[in-house]
Amino acid sequence: MRYRLDINGAIREVDVPSEMPLLWVLRGELGLLGTKYGCGAGLCGACTVHVDGAAQRSCQLPVSRIGQAKIQTIEYIGETPTGERLQQAWLKIDVMQCGYCQAGQIMSACALLGQKPQPSDADINTAMAGNICRCGCYNRIRSAIRIAAGMEEGSHVA
Amino acid sequence: MSHELLRTAVDRRTVLKASLLAGGGLALEVLIPIPGLTAAEKAQAGPAQLSAFVSIAPDGTVTITSKNPEIGQGIKTSLPMIVADELDCDWSQVRIAQADLDQKRYGQQYAGGSTATTRDWLPMRQTGAAARAMLVQAAANRWHVEAAQLTTARGRIHHAASGRSIGYGEVASAAASVPPPDLGSVPLKRPDQFTLIGRPLVGVDSHRIVRGEPIFGVDTRLPGLLYAVYEVAPAHGGRLVRADIEAAKQAPGVSHVVPITGDGDADTGLADGVAIVASNWWLANEARSKLKVEWDLSAAKGHSSSVYRIEADAAIAAGPDTHLRFDGDPVAKLASAAKRVKARYDYPFIAHAPMEPQNCTARYADGKLEIWAPSQTPQRGLDQLHKVFGIAPEAVTLHLKRAGGGFGRRLMNDYMMQVTAIAKAVPGVPIQLMWSRQDDMRRDYYRPGGWHSFEAGIGADGELIAFTDHFVTFGDGKTTARAAGFNTAMPPAGLIEHLHYSQSMIPTVVTTGALRAPGSNALCFVSQSFLDEVAVAAGTDLPRLMLRMLGGRREVAPQPGGGVVFDTGRARDVIERVVQTSAWTEKPKQPQRAKGFAFYFSHRGYFAEVVEASVAGSRIQVHKVWVAGDIGSQIVNPMGAENQVRGAVIDGLAQALAGQAIEFVDGAVQQSNFDDFPLARMPATPEIEIAWVKPDKPPTGLGEPALPPVIPALTNAIYAATGQRIRSLPVRLA
Repeated sequence: MRYRLDINGAIREVDVPSEMPLLWVLRGELGLLGTKYGCGAGLCGACTVHVDGAAQRSCQLPVSRIGQAKIQTIEYIGETPTGERLQQAWLKIDVMQCGYCQAGQIMSACALLGQKPQPSDADINTAMAGNICRCGCYNRIRSAIRIAAGMEEGSHVA
Repeated sequence: MSHELLRTAVDRRTVLKASLLAGGGLALEVLIPIPGLTAAEKAQAGPAQLSAFVSIAPDGTVTITSKNPEIGQGIKTSLPMIVADELDCDWSQVRIAQADLDQKRYGQQYAGGSTATTRDWLPMRQTGAAARAMLVQAAANRWHVEAAQLTTARGRIHHAASGRSIGYGEVASAAASVPPPDLGSVPLKRPDQFTLIGRPLVGVDSHRIVRGEPIFGVDTRLPGLLYAVYEVAPAHGGRLVRADIEAAKQAPGVSHVVPITGDGDADTGLADGVAIVASNWWLANEARSKLKVEWDLSAAKGHSSSVYRIEADAAIAAGPDTHLRFDGDPVAKLASAAKRVKARYDYPFIAHAPMEPQNCTARYADGKLEIWAPSQTPQRGLDQLHKVFGIAPEAVTLHLKRAGGGFGRRLMNDYMMQVTAIAKAVPGVPIQLMWSRQDDMRRDYYRPGGWHSFEAGIGADGELIAFTDHFVTFGDGKTTARAAGFNTAMPPAGLIEHLHYSQSMIPTVVTTGALRAPGSNALCFVSQSFLDEVAVAAGTDLPRLMLRMLGGRREVAPQPGGGVVFDTGRARDVIERVVQTSAWTEKPKQPQRAKGFAFYFSHRGYFAEVVEASVAGSRIQVHKVWVAGDIGSQIVNPMGAENQVRGAVIDGLAQALAGQAIEFVDGAVQQSNFDDFPLARMPATPEIEIAWVKPDKPPTGLGEPALPPVIPALTNAIYAATGQRIRSLPVRLA
């Protein structure tokens, strides 16, 4: 099946089975490799992208259900003011260890700040609970979100 | 800055080669025999030398080659920091190049055992210092002054008397013809002169990670690349009988379906299986449902968790098969004890579950193999390729890829063997094998489960006078399974006179292996929990009991055949520090809320930790964790170091609290994904406070030693809060 997808501000055409999850369209067909496979079951959040601004697990979204929705991925998120602030905050306190899950973490955090520019700790916990970091960078992910939201100055001792 | 002369012992076999960089500049290669390796490390490590490569281009760019696999431990940043600091250049001038596998050139290239900092600290410093000395000499020659009159700072050389200064890049070509200095007498900085070491620096790949750039193993892309999955038997040890592959061959996007006969060797990990190759990984994975495969699962019959438990009970009842350590007269001392404490402990198999599933990319053509591997032990992979396929190491090019987590899983190279078998079946076609999460969960080299039967005797004055542990583990009766061995130095060994450690084995077909702080991650839980029981029975608490047993400051010699010196003074210091930072003696006022303590020494690191937790019904909440750690005089990169400690703490808490256990029914793993093998998530993450004790001792590694104590610190806190003793993992409240 042929699909025209609005990805990162450009229309991309793909010819794939209708059930193929967006994750595998991105990684396998379009060479957008920042979005990661972790579980294939919507359990880990490594594949998180934005669908019309909302965080969604791309491993659970068949290409046939995307329609006209605007997709944004980690490759593009730095073009948005919130995404850029988050990337800078991530670097300020060097959130990551292995780094594999961080694209998904940033995408979830970006959707959170889109809805709640000044999130409470409970908001952060709720929004980020679906994103696993096996290395355990959670203290710094929390801090980086607060730094990006202008709620914390930020030092490396996060 | 100026340098004081700090003479260091350097082996005569050290070689320092300087040459002119192509396009101008200095290229420096240092080959240094590795000091201070234990016999076991030498056997494991291969060539007993390491080398460092530094080059300085005419524009001042310093390129430092990072030789080791990066798996999230931060070595790609911290080792170059050490070189750059002694070189006295600005970090913004530095570029890091990831080396391919070439142990003849680079020496050991592996990530495991928290060994790199221990091994490379001094040689990396000497390398940077040698390069600096040559640049300084080149400037001295140009200006016709004595090198001793020159100072350096941030990549420039200064002559105070004349006010002249020059950048490293401008003298780099000339430095290539300066006679290399004697590494043993090349001046090294005093610690107070460090400009990079000890400063929190951002990881060298971090800016690429936040932008989603393709730097991981699974991101490897080659022209014409096809994607593979590898279907293996549903139970460990299963053999392929026959496969009907026709339907799978017809599936969308599928180009090849290849049954593969394994080598029957769990160590190399080339299990029998059927590879499906397709134009898109998802299409390959979908086609698995079309396979009709008959497996012979008879080898795994009876290898069930419930059976293992019964066998362990029987082994404990029967008494030990092997005596591992027998000090003094524990039998008589137990008999004479004023009080005896007995308890049984156990822990389950657990999986590594790194976020990036096992994967490897390979192309085989004209007898040559090119591999892109996120492996912790690439040289071992190379050797195994030779063993399994007869491919000569000279015919293999092996690129090290950043790994999305290791935790010990990628010490094994099964994925490398599998992708090579597939690539050999379709010569000329580059293949990327990636496991599904289910594959990764079901075909791990698990941290093996184990059982311990303890007894302790307490004297009339409350002193621990005898201690015994009968360990039931997995093995063939002669040798324990991989990572299933005991550590005869486990405290209180060496600290009390009368002690008995013994062992029995039960067989398994399940593959086992090292998981972050192997051995210690389980032994610390059982021994520090049981010692907490002893402390309670003796009317004291665990920090006091430990301090009493440790006694005065002294060095406890390692056991014959391996191990390292244990310094009781360093142990005392971290215990006393965490007692202070956690305000240990102040008990939380809320009901069902308490602190627990534990100490452990592993991978040369001394760690004491306190957990404050509360219990409400079946809900356990960890409020705060205090860590006091000693990994020597210097934390190379505090930015990465604190992340390693927090990660280890969160990892250990999840092993205890998230419900992690891998279980088997006739060799088939019952867990498959993060729903039934849960990992830590943000809402359960406590505040973690870290304090460093920095004695005047060489820096050592940090990937592992912060993990073990957090588990018993937690279970001891649960006991203090509720009176319920947790003697089995994962934690289940009665």
